[in-house]
Amino acid sequence: MKPVNFDYYAPTSVEEALDTLAELGYNGKVLAGGQSLIAAMNFRMARPGALVDLNNIPELSYIKPTPEGGLAIGTMTRVYAVEHSPEVAKRFPLLPEVAKFIAHPQIRRRGTFGGAIAHADPAGQLPSISMVMNMKCLIKGKGKEDRWVDAPDLIIGPFMTVIEPDEMLAEVVINPLPARTGARYEQVSRQNGGYAQAAVASIVTLDEKDNCKDVRMILMGVGELPILSTKASEILVGNKPTKEAIEAVAEEAAASEIDPATDLHGTAEYRRSITRVLIVRSLTEAFARAEKGG
Amino acid sequence: MSQTFPISVTVNGKVYNREVEPRLLLSDFLRHDLGLIGTHVGCEHGICGACTILFDGEPVRSCLIFAVQANGHEIRTVESLGTPDHLHPLQQSFKDKHALQCGFCTPGFLMTLVPFLEEHPNPSEDEIREAIDGNICRCTGYEKIVEAVEDAAAKLSQAK
Amino acid sequence: MTAKYLSQPIKRLEDKYLLTGNARYVDDIEVPGVLHAAFLRSDYAHAKINKIDVSEARKRPGVVAVFTAEDFGDFWKPGPLQVPPPTAIAGSKFNARTIVPIAKDKIRYSGEALAVVIAESRYIAEDAFDDIIVDVEPLPAVIDLEKAWEDTSVRVHDDLPSNMAALVSQEVGNYEEAKKNADVVVSKRMLVEHVAGAAMENRGFVAKWDEQDQQMTIWANTQSPLTVRGSVARNLGLAESQVRVITPYIGGGFGPKVMTSLSDDVLIPWIARKLNRPIKWMEDRRENFLATTSERDQVHHCEIALKKDGTILGFKDVFYHNTGAYDSYGMTVPLNTQTHTISNYRVPNFYTEIRMVFTNTMVVTPVRGAGRSEGVFVMERMIDFAAKKLGMDPTELRLKNLLTAEEMPHKTGIIGQDFVANVLDSGDYLDNYQKCLKAVDYEKFRKEIQPKARKEGKRLGIGVVAFTEGTAVGPYEGCKVTISTNGKVTMATGYSTQGQGHQTVFAQIIADQLNVKVEDVKVITGDTGSFAWGAGTFASRGATLVGTASYLAAQKVRAKIFATASKAFGVPEDEIELGEGFVFVKGKPENKITLGDLAIKANPMRGVVEPGVEPGLEATAYYGPPHGATGSGALAVIVSVDPETYKVKIERFVMVDDCGTIINPLILDGQIDGGVSMGIGNTLYEKMVYDENGQMLTASFMDYLMPQATDMPKKIEIIHQHNKSPLNPLGIKGIGEAGAIPPGPAICQALEDAFSEIPLEILESNLNPSIIYDYVKKARNS
Repeated sequence: MKPVNFDYYAPTSVEEALDTLAELGYNGKVLAGGQSLIAAMNFRMARPGALVDLNNIPELSYIKPTPEGGLAIGTMTRVYAVEHSPEVAKRFPLLPEVAKFIAHPQIRRRGTFGGAIAHADPAGQLPSISMVMNMKCLIKGKGKEDRWVDAPDLIIGPFMTVIEPDEMLAEVVINPLPARTGARYEQVSRQNGGYAQAAVASIVTLDEKDNCKDVRMILMGVGELPILSTKASEILVGNKPTKEAIEAVAEEAAASEIDPATDLHGTAEYRRSITRVLIVRSLTEAFARAEKGG
Repeated sequence: MSQTFPISVTVNGKVYNREVEPRLLLSDFLRHDLGLIGTHVGCEHGICGACTILFDGEPVRSCLIFAVQANGHEIRTVESLGTPDHLHPLQQSFKDKHALQCGFCTPGFLMTLVPFLEEHPNPSEDEIREAIDGNICRCTGYEKIVEAVEDAAAKLSQAK
Repeated sequence: MTAKYLSQPIKRLEDKYLLTGNARYVDDIEVPGVLHAAFLRSDYAHAKINKIDVSEARKRPGVVAVFTAEDFGDFWKPGPLQVPPPTAIAGSKFNARTIVPIAKDKIRYSGEALAVVIAESRYIAEDAFDDIIVDVEPLPAVIDLEKAWEDTSVRVHDDLPSNMAALVSQEVGNYEEAKKNADVVVSKRMLVEHVAGAAMENRGFVAKWDEQDQQMTIWANTQSPLTVRGSVARNLGLAESQVRVITPYIGGGFGPKVMTSLSDDVLIPWIARKLNRPIKWMEDRRENFLATTSERDQVHHCEIALKKDGTILGFKDVFYHNTGAYDSYGMTVPLNTQTHTISNYRVPNFYTEIRMVFTNTMVVTPVRGAGRSEGVFVMERMIDFAAKKLGMDPTELRLKNLLTAEEMPHKTGIIGQDFVANVLDSGDYLDNYQKCLKAVDYEKFRKEIQPKARKEGKRLGIGVVAFTEGTAVGPYEGCKVTISTNGKVTMATGYSTQGQGHQTVFAQIIADQLNVKVEDVKVITGDTGSFAWGAGTFASRGATLVGTASYLAAQKVRAKIFATASKAFGVPEDEIELGEGFVFVKGKPENKITLGDLAIKANPMRGVVEPGVEPGLEATAYYGPPHGATGSGALAVIVSVDPETYKVKIERFVMVDDCGTIINPLILDGQIDGGVSMGIGNTLYEKMVYDENGQMLTASFMDYLMPQATDMPKKIEIIHQHNKSPLNPLGIKGIGEAGAIPPGPAICQALEDAFSEIPLEILESNLNPSIIYDYVKKARNS
């Protein structure tokens, strides 16, 4: 299928992009990597009246260390670049680990880090990871003050964020993780590169006594939106992350925190069952990595 | 709303200046406006990989890029690899190992594999299969494609 | 004369064009002045049409014309029956309701064409869809097969009393009598589910009408160019010679491109003539799922009766077959199911009944396997269930009942898709199976590998099944072989090519007969302007029928070479020798005539010729078999199942295949590999799903999952058997579909074996980890 017609703008600076977005209002849509948007447009499911193409603004593409020791990633940085960046791998090994599961390399070469997060696909790995890593999102708008939104507050519904039509996500900052932190992403999909039927990402920190100091665990594909688990912290924080404790998290989280759907590819019960499995796998490996030094 | 934009695109080393409607897909532009029929369209949802080309050296889906976005960029299609009388070593390996049958998916595989082999001159079978997971073939079952890549990798590293 | 090329792994002659972007497929055909077609398709599966208002669409800039059924006037009519009805089978009932080119009065499947827009670009044509107002009254959709058979309150075809499309039963012996002597009877209901051909290239059609010459030229990626030519000629009141159908390179066929009465085949030529403009239509992927044919979708009620020593006394199979909204392709698919149920085995009593039913889904026609997969699936599953009941190893039960070479040829007593009684011509099915067991090291697996895996908590299972593949059915194919004045050889056949290597395999056969280099033989397939007789590419018949016709035609040309050379040299024929590209008198090689010069001599421009002598070094030959040749084989699969996620990995895949004489081992293995990927795809990834309202839920690659490189086993191990078919001079049998047939039942057997401590019973063909989870849970609870 072929897309519907649209007006096209190719600004060469952030300022110009924001001017254009302000003029277009609800009629305008940002074109970042296009890997989700253009596919939807080809199906004529998305019919934006105007596209503001950000691909001609090189200053939106960067991976820069922050003074705190984290990273600032420009919104147009390609997912592939994030996946293969030594700076990212050094500080946040969870990101390249997750990136390998996102579709296929040809999609990641073009898809953008910020674009994926702003698209807020509940089945997308990056929006979920942004939430569990508590990334900070910089939103810019013409005539507005720059505002920072925490990733869990950015996404308010499936494919819905707090980004207004005249605004754009300009940068994502990831703050450094404390020492003795480990992370692990686990998913079950039917094929390599396919959507996850269920996925778990956990980031855990140990204290000097090898007790769990902090745990952030996100459950994907098993509810309308990705779910930040509260059971994980309830059960684990302040305690030893034993096999039994981890299994208890898995039991309770899978029983009470999720609301999986039944679809073509699997039943709700199956998804619940594999969520349990993935929680155990994810937490076990994350804690093992934390012990080894992250 | 039928505004056109002038674009200047370098394809296989040659500069083309054209006027295009913004919604024209890069795959359609290459095939019909430039007559480069080697790139094929299988799905227009970015999954089958038949339309894979090199955009500034990177393998991407031409069905998920608008032609207007190629302005100022360098594209390489399968036509840049070889000719019927002078096949690229990877193309020769495909022929030697019977790695193509209907040939429709083949250019997409080649454009995925050329940069892959440059970055991984000595790939394992698992690495090869993962690298081609984003290209669907309905005819070959992939086995002979894997053999062709191993054959080409060996040839290309010997040549160095 | 030794065969230089037959059975050699000759590299394909066509590849250098395909590899370099120098091969034209139908969408690459550019015709000056071409306009583009797009079909507005129904979202409803079943509805009464009140009005389709295209008046606004006609006004859109860039739109040249818009047609609905009314605009075609008398030209609109239901299409032909592409396959004759099963009158050869006594007592058969068949209601022909053939597919219409565009919906009129009623919509019968989601995706049915409602209007066709002709515009300056495909983009604009699709824009015009928004201008079209469709006023319909939705009706309940008929989807469930068994319900469709019973419930007459909602009918797909209102002029029929029910949704029965056909009722065909065949019997050998007497099943009910035989059952009385059985020690064990097992009954099961099983599903063989819906899959798509999903070739990487979608359908496409270009029609150009030349008003001055009154000639229609068509480029289409059809598997049957001659049928298209015939039907276009008939439809437009033209002579066949006024229609030329050319098949360019085709990006995969697999069956659905053999339908020649779909919207494009019928309407595009008419529109091209009406508007006097060339028209191009290129299907998109969504349309391919919705409105191109697909296959499988049967519900089987099977029963097997055995003695306690494992002898099969009889088999009964009453099955519902979904033909979709129309039945233009007759009974080919379910008849294949009937001839491929007991086909491997000695079963003296067999009752098989087809209940073919109309539903509000797209029409079902062959997809690689074409009904055979369903028959093999249910038989192999029933044998496995019987083995469990008898307490026998499933391989033991098969070894007891498989047919042997001594029993060939074997008349099965079942009439097949070619309307003659099915005869298994050659093969040793027991030997196939035994070789397979040996090659996969069955004993070692059972005694060492599996017990060790179990101790480690791993779920590892093995499944070994047998299959037959009926191939090479009639009616006939033909070709013309010509030696040109430049010494090179041309062969032209009406058969069309979708990647099977025809340019190479037929060249090999001809090159052997004429003693020329294989690369000097050019094969032209599927251009009705070059050769105008034949049926089409289906049922794995190319190698056998066209291969044999090539052999026969080349032999005739060879005879002409000797006859012409004899006259040219003035010596008897037995003193002539044929070198590589030239002739000479024995003992005098320095005095030679090249084949090119001989061709000139064979076509005198002046003088007189002897009566009965034909000009040139050219001959045409046709071949039609008395019945099909049956390939066969066995497949062993070892799978591992993740005990937590139920994801399946194929650890080993060993196939034995008997296709008689091998023309080209590279191409043969490629055909098997490709069929295997479809068989594995069908079993573990692919499934076409309609919901209860007839909405297709799997109309894109997002939901219809195609097997990827990492989904396939690392190695498809193939062992070739060479039992030649006695039906043709080269002893060839077909192979195109073999790979697709056995993976389903083999994987099911292996999965049950991986969980052998529980009564796991898989009753459907298309699985995923969640479905396996459900089966395991059910078995554990029982």
